[in-house]
Amino acid sequence: MTAVAIQSPAGGGSRIDVRLRHLASQGRKALIPYITAGDPTPRMTVELLHALVAGGADLIELGVPFSDPMADGPVIQRACERALNQRTGLGRVLEMVTEFRRRDGDTPVVLMGYLNPVETMGMECFAERAHRAGVDGVLIVDWAVDELEPMVAPLRTHNIDRVLLLSPTSSESRVAEIAGHASGYLYYVSLKGVTGSDRLNVDSVAEKLQQVRRHSRLPVAVGFGVRDAATAHAVAAVADAVVVGSALVATVERHLGAPQQLAGALTAQLAELRSAIDSQRIIS
Amino acid sequence: MPRQPDPWTATINFVTRFQQRFPDDRGHFGPYGGRFVAETLIDPLQRLEAAYWRLKDDPQFRAELDRDLSLYVGRPSPLYPAERLSAKWGGARIFLKREDLNHTGAHKINNTVGQALLARALGKTRIIAETGAGQHGVASATVAARLGLKCVVYMGAEDVQRQSPNVYRMKLLGAEVIPVTAGTRTLKDALNEALRDWVTNVDDTFYIIGTVAGPHPYPMLVRDFNAVVGREARRQSLEMLGRLPDALVACVGGGSNAIGLFHPFLDDTGVAMYGVEAGGLGLPSGKHAASLSAGRPGVLHGNRTYVMSDDDGQILSTHSISAGLDYPGVGPEHAWLKDIGRVTYTTVTDEQALAAFHELARVEGIIPALESAHALAYAAELAPRLPRDAALVVNLSGRGDKDIFTIAKREGIELL
Repeated sequence: MTAVAIQSPAGGGSRIDVRLRHLASQGRKALIPYITAGDPTPRMTVELLHALVAGGADLIELGVPFSDPMADGPVIQRACERALNQRTGLGRVLEMVTEFRRRDGDTPVVLMGYLNPVETMGMECFAERAHRAGVDGVLIVDWAVDELEPMVAPLRTHNIDRVLLLSPTSSESRVAEIAGHASGYLYYVSLKGVTGSDRLNVDSVAEKLQQVRRHSRLPVAVGFGVRDAATAHAVAAVADAVVVGSALVATVERHLGAPQQLAGALTAQLAELRSAIDSQRIIS
Repeated sequence: MPRQPDPWTATINFVTRFQQRFPDDRGHFGPYGGRFVAETLIDPLQRLEAAYWRLKDDPQFRAELDRDLSLYVGRPSPLYPAERLSAKWGGARIFLKREDLNHTGAHKINNTVGQALLARALGKTRIIAETGAGQHGVASATVAARLGLKCVVYMGAEDVQRQSPNVYRMKLLGAEVIPVTAGTRTLKDALNEALRDWVTNVDDTFYIIGTVAGPHPYPMLVRDFNAVVGREARRQSLEMLGRLPDALVACVGGGSNAIGLFHPFLDDTGVAMYGVEAGGLGLPSGKHAASLSAGRPGVLHGNRTYVMSDDDGQILSTHSISAGLDYPGVGPEHAWLKDIGRVTYTTVTDEQALAAFHELARVEGIIPALESAHALAYAAELAPRLPRDAALVVNLSGRGDKDIFTIAKREGIELL
């Protein structure tokens, strides 16, 4: 396999390309919220996805629960446990996306999770079902580019973008290799640590992103460690998209006793992040 | 009776010099192994691999490792002819490879001595480790103390309970033991937590993985450090018997003691090999830890191998009386050896292991680890089926002092 960049799986560009290009043309940065499917209950997930869009989400990363989420901090670990206690498997997550698509045909959805549930379903079967459900991309945390090969063809066939991770420890040659295999956007892990860490250093992120942009024209999202309006604002100054996960899942957790107020709380939290990001609108 | 064609003989036509061929340069054993981790860990894994290749055959490194194994660990460990046990069980002569006599009481120290030297060569000042039964945690704390490195050991909260003597030993050795309360609160969750620590503290921290699992290069280097067991057993067998043994038996959780014994014999086609998994309450009960015998291929903890998982790909909780075997995955090389038929994998139940535990104590005056008692229990089945002149080597991978509280509790006896 060559390292030729596959910018767009379909002729006209994927839903992700369209959305991110549109934002870039307006000089705006994308807001990408993450929640874990099935948390606090499987029945609430679709409602929460719409609530995120209502608060200003440009694209959604929907977590597929896994029993051994080794890259996640305690907040998302607990979300996975809650979801799995209610048997939220990959098949059920795809049904949720199908239901979400009945009312929202525009907001791109990226499934984020770990490899074993996908492999257990089977690559081809997963790609086909995910496409049918209206999934636009996948981000599989423990799928390093070195092992990607078996997934490339099924995903390409079904027009699903491969969002790949870059980290502070990725060497320049590695950045180039990963950039060559990614589509949709690149996800830069802002710090050495698990999701929900609080060691974000925006200066070092900015420096690394310069290196990334020498190797790819794909938009770059930054996540891990964005927890409030201030950090979102700071990251938006250097990235194309800001990913917020653990901070939202913590909101879910705080509302376990008051689920009827959860959707409104998430919408409000998103709106605050949205205005923090937009407050530095750059016209390029 | 005509001999059945041996799948191994066919395979070896292609795979000559097995020992040097696997894994391939990307860490694959056939379809298994590899490197399935978050991107942040790729760079430290590449550095570890490079350091290992540089030092592996370096005369100074080898000399230091050999000196540590001899003067600190106490190698070679004896290959002990268990005459009374052989007479009791009938059939083959049973030899015990006495890894229980090593410093810290198990084979685990072979690997930690080696990895500690790698840690020092890489300039790391902090050691982390996961542990199930506590043997690997103790062995890691031991080498960290000796080299003056800080040591943090992750241990499932349930294992902290059932292996309390080892928890105290680690603390005496200066290590910090962190109980893991996530998930099933056992070895797999300790591994997750150690990986999370490593990804956070990757600059100064060396992760000593205790078994032949995890991302490449761990399955290879843990195997290589443990292969001293098989090399010695091979030499001792030639010296004592004038020939190689007919069969090898070892317990398999992650599989480090088994691969250590098996690996130097892989090219010896006349030597049969049996890996014994924890059958728990029996395979039909679902309460076991037999990933090779009852699991399916999947990806866990950085490698593709056989795992115990459900139809949604979620990792299942496992059961074994032995904390060291209570793991839902297995080293990728074992997965490959199973598929090509070179090693036969089987199970024994908690009850069978307990019976063998008591038998060895009473008949030979050796208290085995509950893990090793699984290998003994299978030897009790196998030996009577073999002729009297056959030689069977069982890896007595650890001593049972750590397990006396578990045994006593099960028998309704209260110890302090």
